[in-house]
Amino acid sequence: MSVDLSQFIPSFLEESFEGLELMESSLLTLEAGDNETIHSIFRAAHSIKGGAGTFGFNEVTEFTHLVETLLDEMRDGRREINQQDIEILLESVDCIRLLIESARDGEPCEDEKIAKTSALLTETLNATKTESPSDESPVSTEDNGAENLTYWKIQFLPEHQLVQTGNDPLLLFNALADLGEVTLHANADELPPLTEMHAEELYLNWHIDLVSTCSEDDIKEIFEWVEDECELIIHKASPQKQEATEHTASVASKLTSTDTLQSKTPSQAQPAPASRSNDKKSTAKPKTEVGSIRVGVDKVDSLINLVGELVITQSMLSELGSDFDMTKLDKLTSGLEQLLQNTKELQESVMRIRMLPISFAFNRFPRLIHDLSKKTGKSIELVIKGEQTELDKTVMEQIGDPLVHLVRNAADHGIEPAETRLAAGKPEQGTITLDAYHQGGNIVIEISDDGGGINRQAVLTKAIEKGIVEPNASLSDAQVFDLLFEPGFSTAKEVSDISGRGVGMDVVKRNIQALGGRIQVESEQGKGSTFKVNLPLTLAILDGQLVRVGEEVYIIPLIAIVESLQVEPKLVNRASGDMVLYRLREDNVPVLPVYQLFNLPADNTNINESLLVVVEADGQKVGLMVDDLLAQQQVVIKSLKDNYQQVEGVSGATILGDGSVAMILDIQGMINIALQRAQREQRNIEKVAS
Amino acid sequence: MMNDTEQEYLTFILDGEEFGVDILCVQEIRVWSAVTELPNKPDYIKGVINLRGVIIPIIDLRQRFNKEPLEYNDKTVTIILKSPKAENPMVVGIVVDAVSEVYKFAAHSIRKAPSFGSKIDHCFLKGLANVGNKLIILLDSEAFLNQDEFYSYSPSEENVIAH
Repeated sequence: MSVDLSQFIPSFLEESFEGLELMESSLLTLEAGDNETIHSIFRAAHSIKGGAGTFGFNEVTEFTHLVETLLDEMRDGRREINQQDIEILLESVDCIRLLIESARDGEPCEDEKIAKTSALLTETLNATKTESPSDESPVSTEDNGAENLTYWKIQFLPEHQLVQTGNDPLLLFNALADLGEVTLHANADELPPLTEMHAEELYLNWHIDLVSTCSEDDIKEIFEWVEDECELIIHKASPQKQEATEHTASVASKLTSTDTLQSKTPSQAQPAPASRSNDKKSTAKPKTEVGSIRVGVDKVDSLINLVGELVITQSMLSELGSDFDMTKLDKLTSGLEQLLQNTKELQESVMRIRMLPISFAFNRFPRLIHDLSKKTGKSIELVIKGEQTELDKTVMEQIGDPLVHLVRNAADHGIEPAETRLAAGKPEQGTITLDAYHQGGNIVIEISDDGGGINRQAVLTKAIEKGIVEPNASLSDAQVFDLLFEPGFSTAKEVSDISGRGVGMDVVKRNIQALGGRIQVESEQGKGSTFKVNLPLTLAILDGQLVRVGEEVYIIPLIAIVESLQVEPKLVNRASGDMVLYRLREDNVPVLPVYQLFNLPADNTNINESLLVVVEADGQKVGLMVDDLLAQQQVVIKSLKDNYQQVEGVSGATILGDGSVAMILDIQGMINIALQRAQREQRNIEKVAS
Repeated sequence: MMNDTEQEYLTFILDGEEFGVDILCVQEIRVWSAVTELPNKPDYIKGVINLRGVIIPIIDLRQRFNKEPLEYNDKTVTIILKSPKAENPMVVGIVVDAVSEVYKFAAHSIRKAPSFGSKIDHCFLKGLANVGNKLIILLDSEAFLNQDEFYSYSPSEENVIAH
């Protein structure tokens, strides 16, 4: 029976990327003598190597092997941990990531960085080799193998259930035979009488003699997938001269199943990595595990559905409660029952949580700052606060790049060079602070630096130069800083390769707006700047204003509404054609009658007696003519695309308290409908005229 | 593969004719309930309903097949169809005159439909089957539960544009 391994590749990739993240963050905090951290880095590398080997990603395996060897030397204390090696390892992490990505895409990876780093690693490894010839770790450049035959005595004591997990000892032995000459002695002492024997259990154990040039690691690698389910004792049988006694001790490391339980927990981020050190060391392991939840999106969506139903039940009950008498008792009981049901289901799916701590997005910044401070020669400290603040996964995924941009900017433009800082009486080391916290129904992410701040005058001069503002316009600070987000705007005097090309801040703003968020800038010359990103907690729930047109109820996103007003007939103007304009203070706002746009019967078609909801989309204000304003409430957004298709003018739908469906209006889409109609009419008129 | 696999069909009445759909595509049968209208849509799309938290479009099959629509009353039936394909789990409700029976047809007893003389788009037809003297028109559920096919054709395009 063959197992289709390819189905496990996605989990391998995911685990590997997590492992790489762990390696990266651990490397950044690594200090000499910090054995636990080295162990966790080593384990991550080892898991990647093992997995890559299984799936046949040979390039990954080869490269990771070098990294692992270097780490192994550090782990055993044969190599001092120095900054230079850490840099090489960080580079290697990048390379492994590149290699895994290209393995995933099935393309050969031709980045010269990999060859360079690989050469560097080999060089570093060889350097130690000459220093300590007793090194027993394999190095790919090792070529004196033939004379180095080692006699290994392996005791393989599998647990009875070994074969039930799909492992076959014969395959292991075949793999061993590939390494060298194998002599097997099976021990059948434990074999029970036939009547007590269970067909699916394994009662044998083996003594294996292996003559090979291989290292202990190579042997262990073969047993990697069964090591939780067996006792494995590996001895070197022919002691060689250069072998130090302490080595023999560590070679006889005994693998037990202390972490079997852990590896079976499904939510475990990493499969219990090979505990290759002795028992005492492996007890320190849980501390370094990445706690993560991996959830299929379908499960997440079903949770959102449940929340939706809960919201519906809640609004039904509160509707009932606001006007209750004893005749409605039945309704109340059934409503409460429904609530109970919803709560239960919700409880059951509590594992399918969509919110993740923002540390997922913040994780990449220590490395970024590390690289940036190296590149710019500035000394920068990164302070991260509120990393436990939770944020919707979708928002998180999309906010990553804008945040990177803002942090780069802060490091590049914000923080001044050391001399300038010292001259200004500031500490030499600059500080960039990342902070996240909840405020109302929103999450706020702040990126602040204690650098030079934004030069208001420079921004203004540049804006005038670019023709974005009038030379004599008087602008508030906020308005001036807002100019930074104009396309093609950059105040950096010199364009560096980090930032300053002026393509970015406008993209940052657009991305944030696409998420329904806002960005604000506060800055004080000489003291630093703060970029405040305001984001909705989730994209699944929206604050809406319910309006009625004819018999239909529509929802206008609260964030789009400027104001709602009763029309004053004398402020209504008719422009050419059918266009109606309403004078709102100094603005002329085009009026869009919803009933006309959507072809609906309405109570009131007379603009002079109607209600107008003034909304804004992308800087364009329009007045929506509606029949009635109803309640304001939070609504759960449902897609129409699942079973139907996108409808122009409608961004989605929701379910109201009475169970009916209401459309959520898409202001931009409605403007588009109106524009298309106007154009079509224009064409018709032209046709008639000609 | 056996060519003689039997399949069950749910049949319904539409303007005096009997139609059949693969029963595995039928999620449930419900009475007509009020819909929320969609803006600027062809007449045959009556609107959407909330079916236990899922928003489902409701199609009047008479209008979709260019027949005279009936007044809706409390006996009007909606059949909720669900695509069995996992990658495209589309759900749609169709309004029909009445639900009739469940029949079993072997593959060989289904005859190809003639390609003319029908107001129904040809791509929806799977074939014809006989039960006694009755002729049953079997609909191709795959084409039926395909968004592009089902929603693309609009028999009353002028109505959409006019306002």
